[in-house]
Amino acid sequence: MTATVSLLEARDLAKSYGPVQALRSADLVIEPGEVHALLGANGAGKSTLVKVLTGVISADHGTVLVNGKPARIGSPAQAARIGLAPVFQDPALVPDLTISQNMRLTGTSSAAVEHELRALDLAVDFSDQARDVPLPMQRMIDLARALTRDPALLLLDEITAALPSDLAERVFAVMQRSRERGRSVLFITHRLKEVIASCDRATILRDGRAVATMAPREGGEERIVEHMLGPEAARASVAAAEQGAGAADVRPAAPAGEAPALKVDGLFGGRVRNMSFELRRGEILGVAALEGQGQDDLFAVLSGGQSPSGGEIRAAGRVLKARHPYDSIRAGVVLVPADRLHALLPQRSVRENVAAPRYNSFSRWGPINMRDEGRRVREAEQALHIDTRAARQVRRLSGGNQQKVTIARWLANGFTTMLCFDPTRGIDVGTKRQIYVLLRRLADDGAAILFFSSELTEFPLVCDRVLTLFGGEITADLPGAAADEATLLRAMHGLAESQAGT
Amino acid sequence: MSTAPTPTRTPRGRWSPRRLATDSPASILTLVFVGIFVGTDIVNRAQGGGAFLTLKQISTTFLFAAVLGLMSAGQTLVMLTGGVDLSVATTATAGAFMISRFGTEGSPKAIAIALIVGLGVGLVNGIGVAVFRVNALIMTLGVSTITLGLLTVQAQKQFTALVPSFVVTLGSGRVLTYVPYDLFVWVPIAALIILGLRYSGIGRMIYAVGDSPVAARLAGVRTWQVLLFVYAICGLLSAAAGILLVGFNNAADLGIASPFLLPSVAAVVIGGTSIFGGLGGYAGTILGALILTVLDSLLTILNASQAVRQIIYGLIVLGLAAIYAHATAAE
Amino acid sequence: MTATTGGAPGRGGPARLARRHGWTAGIYVLLLVLTIFWRSQTSVKWGPFDVQSLVIDALPLCFAACAQSIVIISGGIDLSVGSMMSLANVVSAKYMLHMSFDEALLFSLAVVAGGALVGAITGFTIVITRVADIIVTLAMLFVLGGVALAVLEVPGGGAPARFQALVSVDTVLTAWFPAVLLILFGAVAVLWLTVRRARIGLAIYAVGSNRPAAYLAGVDVKRTRVLAYAYSGAFAALGGLAFTGASGLGDPNAGSIYTLNSVAAAVLGGVSLLGGVGGLVGPIAAAFVLTLVKTLMILRGVDQNYAQVFQGSLIVLVVMIGGLAIRQKGKGS
Repeated sequence: MTATVSLLEARDLAKSYGPVQALRSADLVIEPGEVHALLGANGAGKSTLVKVLTGVISADHGTVLVNGKPARIGSPAQAARIGLAPVFQDPALVPDLTISQNMRLTGTSSAAVEHELRALDLAVDFSDQARDVPLPMQRMIDLARALTRDPALLLLDEITAALPSDLAERVFAVMQRSRERGRSVLFITHRLKEVIASCDRATILRDGRAVATMAPREGGEERIVEHMLGPEAARASVAAAEQGAGAADVRPAAPAGEAPALKVDGLFGGRVRNMSFELRRGEILGVAALEGQGQDDLFAVLSGGQSPSGGEIRAAGRVLKARHPYDSIRAGVVLVPADRLHALLPQRSVRENVAAPRYNSFSRWGPINMRDEGRRVREAEQALHIDTRAARQVRRLSGGNQQKVTIARWLANGFTTMLCFDPTRGIDVGTKRQIYVLLRRLADDGAAILFFSSELTEFPLVCDRVLTLFGGEITADLPGAAADEATLLRAMHGLAESQAGT
Repeated sequence: MSTAPTPTRTPRGRWSPRRLATDSPASILTLVFVGIFVGTDIVNRAQGGGAFLTLKQISTTFLFAAVLGLMSAGQTLVMLTGGVDLSVATTATAGAFMISRFGTEGSPKAIAIALIVGLGVGLVNGIGVAVFRVNALIMTLGVSTITLGLLTVQAQKQFTALVPSFVVTLGSGRVLTYVPYDLFVWVPIAALIILGLRYSGIGRMIYAVGDSPVAARLAGVRTWQVLLFVYAICGLLSAAAGILLVGFNNAADLGIASPFLLPSVAAVVIGGTSIFGGLGGYAGTILGALILTVLDSLLTILNASQAVRQIIYGLIVLGLAAIYAHATAAE
Repeated sequence: MTATTGGAPGRGGPARLARRHGWTAGIYVLLLVLTIFWRSQTSVKWGPFDVQSLVIDALPLCFAACAQSIVIISGGIDLSVGSMMSLANVVSAKYMLHMSFDEALLFSLAVVAGGALVGAITGFTIVITRVADIIVTLAMLFVLGGVALAVLEVPGGGAPARFQALVSVDTVLTAWFPAVLLILFGAVAVLWLTVRRARIGLAIYAVGSNRPAAYLAGVDVKRTRVLAYAYSGAFAALGGLAFTGASGLGDPNAGSIYTLNSVAAAVLGGVSLLGGVGGLVGPIAAAFVLTLVKTLMILRGVDQNYAQVFQGSLIVLVVMIGGLAIRQKGKGS
């Protein structure tokens, strides 16, 4: 270690949200005058670390030293006082105020911001309301506002994700200029090429821990990806073999002539751009993507939560025009969403939650056949091994059990296509395995399953086939056995165009 | 495979007042009801008014409570969906007025008209809230204003006011000395609501929509249908309450039901139904209505003014809502 | 090369002005049209006296609309506006009766300060207990109404003659400009315009527009919400005082119609129930429109109760259309 004092030194930071441990023991050291990248797969803890450093949330434990002195960062205002200026992933411009009002709200001089923007070769009408300013420009205004404080450390949380390449170039120029002036930048991104091109060092997070700090070099993507994956990747494959649930099994081909359970043709909607694919009965089709590549919109459109702006969806051969989830459910297309609390009635019992879709039609508002309902619910509970001891209110169940309830609901009510959006997020390993096995069993019984996950290790375990999305388009269609993490991660980062077509 | 369920902490093992209050509010409420009844008895004796804890007074309490009970029945359904209906009092007034207005044409016709008017008001509320998604408070308050205006216009016209004797008997009579006739209306409706909330599809949907509109939607529930139904039923029940009320008073004026508005909300809140919807039921509301009725008797004995009553009811709603919000935030 | 904010021609200048202030301008046009219609309907000579009567009639609602608008802009709703007005009305009428004019003026200031304090308590209760705005203010509607009843059980009391004269048709600056308007504009200017463009005023808009973004921008969300309710209390108290001046009477039920009408005036005046959008200029015009509609109906010989029905329907209709607009906006983004 050099004798110079580090600009920022975070040690052993931990933060948990309920049962989910977002940060376990994260370390981060940033030297003066360096551009430092913070990398990690989805859910590795990047955003949580940034929020802790900027005072938006407080850590459960750990220390932060700024210029060698212990610093307490209790609010965004305190962070600003000690020279940290963040540009958050969520826009910090109030939509109903004009840009100049927004500047006044934060006590920033509009003239100074305008000056910074001009230095970036940008012009903004400050009397525009923020909601009328395009998102990329909002990010640039956020950046300019942060720059007016001449911060010792500028934190950029996925700023380039929403930017076209010409604006991204200007962000890199800003980082370059900061470095020249002895200022530091913490740069969070999913784009490894950017890291290699413009960062001095990179810290890689995995499962809430900093697993490596390195100097990224040309052609060093592989090493970074390795660190992001960790040794668990290998172990997971072994587990897959043990489970016997791997995609290596030879699946019986779907009967010829049968219409696919789900056929998507030229679909547009939200970020989804011209997507076409087929999902057959008995098949588990994976969808792998970085955050915000259109997977949310795809699942929302298929499940009737959002209207498509173009294209056609066919469920079991019939055109599905879903204006409400009810329409999709009737057509046999059901959703298991990422956020269990979105799908569940937290204050109601397991039984009521499982049975809920049975009564969603006007014609079934009459008396309930309690015996029939009880039998169906019990069968679903047993099929999923739901621990029903705290069954009076599902909010008192563990996360894994809650997720099982959201799946049990559709077992009890019937479906042909299940859309699983990150069904194993934040649940324990044992339950995860149960869910993998269950999904496979459902497929063997003739169900079609569309499966998105933020954990890449799951794809080869669970899926017959995997699509990767980038920028709202399908970039690769891989057989499940070939969808190891390294391949997926490359395809998801747009690094492996050559392998895209199978 | 680790199928052995991990030991989660079950709530059953622990005992705490809060848990008892949230899990079985009825037991606490019954205690409160008995307690306040005994308290009223003591106060009444102290003031030289004699015993209050008599069969006669218990009977009278149930007789009085039926009107509030019916009005807060509709309110319970609406609040279970996460809304509130501020037109219940005016709707009850409309029901009462229709009885008096059309009493000369026989009680079946008068009762039918009263109920249809109530249903109509409820439907208008429901259309505004469910279809046009107007804030429930504003919609029902607006409809209440409109209804009262229309009633005032009607009241100025020439007609022979008559409350049919059947309605009078229903609203104020007793059978076997101690059993109020209005229980013959209230008890079946109460049974229907309690059983319906538990054992019917619409009951489940009412809880679902109130607990989480997003989750209900994901389960395929068209929430507007449920809301429309609930507001319509609330109008109907309020009109029924108005019929009993006009039978009790034997005359209708346009302020007849207005003192019941806040108590209708308070009874529901006291009964343990969450103001955010999705939790609670009508059994608690019944006890809430009984408690408020005895409380009202107590305040009468103490010579409390309308002002004091209003303040007390307001503070009860505020206090219970705060306690409830605190309890749910703590979990 | 210079990137701009996608500045398509025609977005700046008059077009933007029309888009941002079009609704408010429309309300003023509506007010003008109604006034012309009103004039054509009046058989006897229409003159300054009519205008003054209208202004006095509308004054309490103007203040109520301001009270409601500020809270709605901050992302809440205040159902206790009506009771707050009643309370200010009965307190002033009860205690001012035998005061001198100067004492009455001082006392009025105290009432306004008291209103602000009560409003702050309401806001504080909402922020601390985290109970929904609508429930807390509904409970306050009854509590404050009860207190008003306790202060003055039946209509009575009064105010010094000169105090009443402030709000009377005789006090005019010029024939067409009643002094009452000056009071209204003065209050709005002193209480609102001073902060409207300052950081704290912007914070009220920010909190109503997008609470997380406001927090990230460093706004103290809780303090801002309490402040909005304090403003509401102060304006509602002014409304109660206006009622005292105009009627010379304290009535514990004086404010009951204003809770709903204030929401209507706010929405009609361009304040979005979603928060963050609007001002006080529009709602004041809307308050005049609502009052004038009633005046017109009575003038045309319509039963006063039908006027109430019509007004109620208008309110529901306005809120319904506002709700549809919100839905459209939701679909857009």
